[in-house]
Amino acid sequence: MADLSINFAGIKSPNPFWLASAPPTNCGYQVMRAFDQGWGGAVWKTLGVPIVNVSSRYGSVDYRDSRMAGFNNIELISDRPLSDNLKEIEEVKKYFPDNAVIASLMVETKEEWHQIIKDVENAGSDGIELNFGCPHGMCERGMGSAVGQEPKVLQTIVEWVMEVASIPVIVKLTPNITDVTDPAMAAVRGGADAISLINTIQSIVGVDLNTLAPFPSVDGKGSNGGYCGPAVKPIALNMVKNCAQHPEMNLPISGIGGVENWKDAAEHILLGASSVQVCTAVMHYGFGIIRELLPGLENYMNEKGFNSIEEMSGAALPNVVEWKDLNLKYKVVASIDEVKCIGCQLCYIACEDGAHQAISISANGDRVPQIIDDNCVGCNLCSLVCPVEDCITMERRDDGKLDVSWDDLTQKGEIPTTFDDDRAGGKGHFVPKPEEALKRKK
Amino acid sequence: MGEFKKPINEKEFHENFAQIKPLMDNNQAFYESSRCLFCYDAPCIAACPTEIDIPLFIRQINSNNLKGAAKTIFDSNWMGNACGKVCPTEVLCEGACVYNHQDVKPIEIGRLQNYATRSAIDKNQSLFDLPELKNKKVAIIGAGPAGISCACELRMAGYTSDIFEAHEKPSGLNMYGVAPYKITNQEAALEVDYLKEQFGFSIHYNRRVTSEEDLEELENTYNAIFIGIGLGSTRKINIKNENLKGCFGATEFIEKLRVNEYAEDSLGKRVIVLGGGNTAMDAASESARMGAEEVTIAYRNSKDSMRAYDFEYELAKEVGVKGVFNCNPIEIIGSEKVEGVRFVKTKSEGGSLEAIEGSEFIITCDTVIFATGQSKQKEFLDQIDKLELDKRGRIVVNENFQTGNPKYFAAGDAVNGGAEVVNAAAEGKKAAVGIVRFLES
Repeated sequence: MADLSINFAGIKSPNPFWLASAPPTNCGYQVMRAFDQGWGGAVWKTLGVPIVNVSSRYGSVDYRDSRMAGFNNIELISDRPLSDNLKEIEEVKKYFPDNAVIASLMVETKEEWHQIIKDVENAGSDGIELNFGCPHGMCERGMGSAVGQEPKVLQTIVEWVMEVASIPVIVKLTPNITDVTDPAMAAVRGGADAISLINTIQSIVGVDLNTLAPFPSVDGKGSNGGYCGPAVKPIALNMVKNCAQHPEMNLPISGIGGVENWKDAAEHILLGASSVQVCTAVMHYGFGIIRELLPGLENYMNEKGFNSIEEMSGAALPNVVEWKDLNLKYKVVASIDEVKCIGCQLCYIACEDGAHQAISISANGDRVPQIIDDNCVGCNLCSLVCPVEDCITMERRDDGKLDVSWDDLTQKGEIPTTFDDDRAGGKGHFVPKPEEALKRKK
Repeated sequence: MGEFKKPINEKEFHENFAQIKPLMDNNQAFYESSRCLFCYDAPCIAACPTEIDIPLFIRQINSNNLKGAAKTIFDSNWMGNACGKVCPTEVLCEGACVYNHQDVKPIEIGRLQNYATRSAIDKNQSLFDLPELKNKKVAIIGAGPAGISCACELRMAGYTSDIFEAHEKPSGLNMYGVAPYKITNQEAALEVDYLKEQFGFSIHYNRRVTSEEDLEELENTYNAIFIGIGLGSTRKINIKNENLKGCFGATEFIEKLRVNEYAEDSLGKRVIVLGGGNTAMDAASESARMGAEEVTIAYRNSKDSMRAYDFEYELAKEVGVKGVFNCNPIEIIGSEKVEGVRFVKTKSEGGSLEAIEGSEFIITCDTVIFATGQSKQKEFLDQIDKLELDKRGRIVVNENFQTGNPKYFAAGDAVNGGAEVVNAAAEGKKAAVGIVRFLES
């Protein structure tokens, strides 16, 4: 049986599922409810400098009838008195000594940092997370992502923190930067115990077409917010991977971004995370989603033979390589299951207009499209647009004996060197003549 | 007692005839429109006699462009609102939806269509830029789906028309013929009032064109005449006592209940409906909903050879209607009023139906409804010089919907012998194109 408990940079937690620092961890009541339902840890809503919040704070991207495929907010850090929060942290730890309570912090001066670290340690926090990621409001005051975007400043503040911290320190990174490993390595140099990523991405989720104000709008005006939710998972996964693969990265990583079900969490872990943080999914469905996350991940680990999160963490990393190392001899071709096909012809039009003109339809009314094997480059598009499960599959056509990458060709001096080089890939590929477009016009 | 109490007022009537395709609210329309796959060369379009770009209007609904959606629909079908409610979508667009092939419920295209058009109608929205009026005018006989469609399409080409309608209300079958759970009188009238206001044609109600003098006057006043008169009354089947008290033609029965919206006469406890078409199913269903306790559809041939759509038979069965097959009515029993029907059993023999000797039997009943087909309006049509009818009494037209008399055009049931509202709407629109060609040649 897989053991889901973790020791994350010294922070012990019964499972890798933590609530991210956000509205769901605004007060002790919420954190207690979450722990009661099975969450392993909670990163408290950021404590720090005094702020005032606005009314109208969240906006969402809905995809057709799917609500909150993407989500953003212009809410700031905790607006509750520090003393109340400290009292509640203490209270929570009394009831749940085995769960992880991590205090997220954001202040300005060295003195403020030193003071607040003492405060949260005294309250019984198991760890500290430095909020260097908030991309709205706080950054205008020189905090949050303003720090995360300046590796030197980040390193300095981490050093201040490490001077006094006696509990593990996690640095939370902003994705609003060209290369996330720059601030990540600054955290390493500053002496941090762990990193977490990603914080939210600067965003405008939409414009009210009547009032012309962006969402969420405050009295007819709006500001950029921080984007999160299912839509950001691919960006988060890539950044987690980038940090995990960095040769000098030796710190544990807490993966954040788009985790809604156990599969999302598993992906974060496989790409190098050893705890995962969740916010948007809880804001959408409540703490109860933990009852799907926990057994889902446990079942997967048992099936795959991962005994612990530590063992599973980063297991996919060897398969994430650079493009130049991919096998150029691997060849797949689409195949349509005629029995499953419902005749929507979305694959046809996607390939015809959006890809490689490798699917034909018959003129006799039979609505099942046919793949033109010779034209198919194996791009996957048809299988992606097909609304029927397993109707279009990509079948391997090479014999698996050759493995030649761009890098191999480069080393052998066999890469194409001119635009018309016979060794260039697209040269032999079929394309219809331009005038065919008019002949086929309906 | 049957499931339904005899409706004695309008309120009870509408309870018994609750709409089977009620108007969607915004939320329902949003979720349903989200499901559309936006198929390439979509089969639903091909299945629609008016070829509405269905995936387009569904996408327009989904992106809050209701006005655009209504325009897409009316562009192809001027009776788009009524069609959303009365079309047999199960065998047309919705029957062609690719979801059927994966056992997923097809998109509710009819209701989405009605949702979009109702929005335009309720707001009296102008969707089309009309060209300036030209100096010729068309007379249209019949304010049914064919006639109304023809009038709208003519106006789009710059011609106005005057419609002469025999009844006191418009929309033909939508108002007088289809089952009341498909469309209400109010909804049928709303659409025509909207179109009339938008396109500026006039409708003269209670103006039945009957005589040669009437026709001559039209010929003298108008540049072309369109005939959209539909079918006539229920055809007699020539069996003994078929005019006895308690015998009704289905068409007349349905028209009466659509007009009254309450049960004027009692149908008694037991009703027999003769026939196997969609009108028989409607009449049976309606009898049950009008309070009859036992309703039987009696069809002379086998169940499988019924012309009615499966879903129409199912609708009737849902309200307790029973079907008996291979029994041919040979006599209505009764002295002062109907007491029963004498049938003879039949079998199919080499493609033709034969009576089985000695198999006669009687089913007792209080009412007999004849859903045995409608007559053509031959007497009236014979007055038009050079207008040709085929053997079955249908008006013969060319590809422009022009009759043997070049000034007369025709479409709808009078031409096709009796089809759906949507067919009449499609043909009326095409006939207008033919008329324009004639006027401008």
